[in-house]
Amino acid sequence: MPRRGGPPEVNAGSMADIAFLLLIFFLVTTTIETDAGLDRMLPPLEPPDTDVIIKQKNIFTVNINKNGQLLVEEELINLKNLRAKAIAFLDNGGDGTCSFCKGRKDASSSDNPGKAIISLKNDRETKYGTYITVQNELVGAYNDLRNREAQRLYGRDFTEMEAEFLNPETPARIRDDLEEKVKRVQGLFPQKLSEAETSTSN
Amino acid sequence: MAKFNKKKDGDLPAVSTASLPDIVFMLLFFFMTVTTMKDSSLMVENTLPNATEVKKLEKKDRVLYIYVGKPTREYQKVFGTESKIQLNDKFAGVTEVGDFILQERAKKPQELQNLLTTAMKVDKNANMGLIADIKQELRKVNALKVNYTTYEGDAFRNLQ
Repeated sequence: MPRRGGPPEVNAGSMADIAFLLLIFFLVTTTIETDAGLDRMLPPLEPPDTDVIIKQKNIFTVNINKNGQLLVEEELINLKNLRAKAIAFLDNGGDGTCSFCKGRKDASSSDNPGKAIISLKNDRETKYGTYITVQNELVGAYNDLRNREAQRLYGRDFTEMEAEFLNPETPARIRDDLEEKVKRVQGLFPQKLSEAETSTSN
Repeated sequence: MAKFNKKKDGDLPAVSTASLPDIVFMLLFFFMTVTTMKDSSLMVENTLPNATEVKKLEKKDRVLYIYVGKPTREYQKVFGTESKIQLNDKFAGVTEVGDFILQERAKKPQELQNLLTTAMKVDKNANMGLIADIKQELRKVNALKVNYTTYEGDAFRNLQ
């Protein structure tokens, strides 16, 4: 005898339980990753063959001691003022070859942004948090200046352009266009941040 | 009148749970897409510092992780309270960092081997001495691209 009313319905009542089980499994085994940070390049181990002589006035020395105090250019300063000081140093343009600098053109400070070097030195007992704050301020100084130039040249922020350029989801056409702009702004204020080996002095 | 009385008779109708699976599946897919698998469980305290000028780490397959911090409470009896390095699932000395990087690099496909970034997840109370040693080791094996992983936030909060 043929069955009437088609095949019997499958009970889907336990579907929710199964889905909950899966959900809880994923909640337990996965994490929301923190995947952002400060990008830095370490210097290669082999020193360059040619000895480069750098004028003292082109070096901006930052020393952090073990208590987290800052000595900038032989002067004890507050961390909050570091960014402004770094900007003033980078933007100085002492030899007049830098057409876009808006600094004081002080002859005793850096010649131009291409020559200006920031030298960071820290104690072995410096806290990592302090070090990151200092790094953040120095990178921030570069980013502020680059943003200023990017605004002048292209009408938008450098950091925003760079993020879009580095994002793999950006279409290739736009990225090629951005690459040129990003490289140009980076060239105006090249990031020269040297890290000396740590000192063990007390 | 009987018409009206009838309504009061019946119990409350059961709430339909037919769409419950759909809702739960939606949640499931949300979590599947926004999270990533834990690759190793943390054995060190890892409160990352804050920074504002951060860059996103794209492409997970090109990143190697190094964790640094105080051992968590359950490991403190054995390993003490000094900051330690954690590589994969075990504590390691500074000298092992180089080997670890070389090993991990060899596991990656050829074309990625030169593009690797080392992400340092360091507790904000760690000392720079250990970090300096790690950096020296990284330079020895020519792993020069480093990312200090941080939270996004006001950098001055690190000082407290």
